Amino acid sequence: MLNVPQIRSDFPILATEVYPGVPLIYLDSAASSQKPVQVIEAMDDYYRHTNANVHRGIHRLSEEATNAYEAARAKIARFINAPDPAEVIYVSNTTEGINLVAYSWGRANIQAGDEILLTEMEHHANLVPWQVLAEEKGAVIKYVPFLADGTLDLTAVPALLTERTKIFAFTAVSNVFGTVNPVKQLVKLAHDAGAIALVDAAQAAPRMPLDVQDWDCDFMAFSAHKMCGPTGIGILYGKRALLEAMPPFQAGGDMIRRVTLEGSTWNELPWKFEAGTPAIAEGIGFGAAVDYLNGLGMENVHAHEQFITNYALEALSEVGGLRVIGPPASQRGGVTAFTLEGIHPHDIAELLDKDGIAIRAGHHCAMPLHHKLGINSTARASFYVHTTTEEIDKLVASLHRAKKVFRL
Amino acid sequence: MLDESMYREQIIDLYQNPLNYGHLEDADWTYEEDNPLCGDVIEVDVKLDENGRVADIAWSGDGCAISQASASLLTDAVKGLTLEEVRNFSKEELLEMIGVPLSMARVKCALLSLKVLKAGAYGMPDPKSLHQHIDDEA
Repeated sequence: MLNVPQIRSDFPILATEVYPGVPLIYLDSAASSQKPVQVIEAMDDYYRHTNANVHRGIHRLSEEATNAYEAARAKIARFINAPDPAEVIYVSNTTEGINLVAYSWGRANIQAGDEILLTEMEHHANLVPWQVLAEEKGAVIKYVPFLADGTLDLTAVPALLTERTKIFAFTAVSNVFGTVNPVKQLVKLAHDAGAIALVDAAQAAPRMPLDVQDWDCDFMAFSAHKMCGPTGIGILYGKRALLEAMPPFQAGGDMIRRVTLEGSTWNELPWKFEAGTPAIAEGIGFGAAVDYLNGLGMENVHAHEQFITNYALEALSEVGGLRVIGPPASQRGGVTAFTLEGIHPHDIAELLDKDGIAIRAGHHCAMPLHHKLGINSTARASFYVHTTTEEIDKLVASLHRAKKVFRL
Repeated sequence: MLDESMYREQIIDLYQNPLNYGHLEDADWTYEEDNPLCGDVIEVDVKLDENGRVADIAWSGDGCAISQASASLLTDAVKGLTLEEVRNFSKEELLEMIGVPLSMARVKCALLSLKVLKAGAYGMPDPKSLHQHIDDEA
């Protein structure tokens, strides 16, 4: 198990007060996690001692910056068990990673009448890029439905994968239900039907061990900022053969091998997909975040989330009128969305904030999911490595207080 | 600390017992829009009298206490106003009526009903041609 008091001392922001005398209870890690001092210092150290552009200079600092930036890529590759760091492409976030595939692979491989399979629980990031592609190419999007308990209807998947299906793109962990999807099984179903599989790991990467070779997925994308790292950076993993065959996504410096006024040839992987000066400090910070999580052990991170989620679901069940959406704790990550009868989620969030508790309220960039449930929005509390049972108790107490304000 | 000044009695009263809630059968215009931040939707139906003043108004939708209370206050306040006065109804006036401190994000909730009302009002022909239209139908 995790040493939570020790972990809490790693996160400077947890010592701050939201209002005078009101300490922060941060239950919004699924939107963006807080950063441990190890990550903050790695980026600070880079700017103080190593700052220079990468892949260019002959001078000492440029070499050090390049080494640190590429060492971070290698750490991330090991973190997801990618066979080769060249298959790990830096992007700005999960959304850009999925857009890279939709634009580069999608425009080269999707034709009119082809099918793209998604699920009804996707974040807009794994929905809208495919809608844009399908619109442009005349392709068809199909959706795997979710069941009343917030799990995917797995029995529906084989029939939805047809000989026209070119790609099955799905989330590993729902950002609303918290559902942990059976990634390996879904990838195999896609492959059996002759399609490739893309995994949106935005919520999975912070919470559980990832293994792209075991999953056998063709693409996987996630952001650093939800897993103790900085904003502005994430990665797209892709199998080498697919990446080699794809045209570049953005063009400019760093992604070229040779430029003449008549034309250009492309750099090798992974730089073919990395145009312009990258987010160097963020890449180094991402590497430090991976080191931090490896130090905790992703199995332990996952176990702590299971423990806290289990505790939270039980504690929340004692609040009258509160309905948690999604599956039982055993099938979910540390994301708990709920409604409270008689109080709108925005009002819940506002009243909880007065107790220093940060949660998210809204549709969480999953409007189709909420539409199917017949609601506009939910309140969402998400837990991470520093979350304690005392914080869950305070959440419950604050919910009771919100009910009092609304005379419920 | 629990500062509930935003949720004073009047706001909760209006949230739980809204004014002018529902639909108008014979509305001169109906307009609906959502708050993209939260997906909440408000619809406003307006009926004008022969002088081009708001004779009746109803609103419906789902939203937070602030947006719902605001819709009740606004729809009450514009009864009897001319189309031009509705178009010129200011944000400041509505925020003053709501009268509780709001964060930037919640100001959007508070102003959703006004946005919907004014968008509908601007989509209407001016009262003269409206009368012409009504006369023609008669």
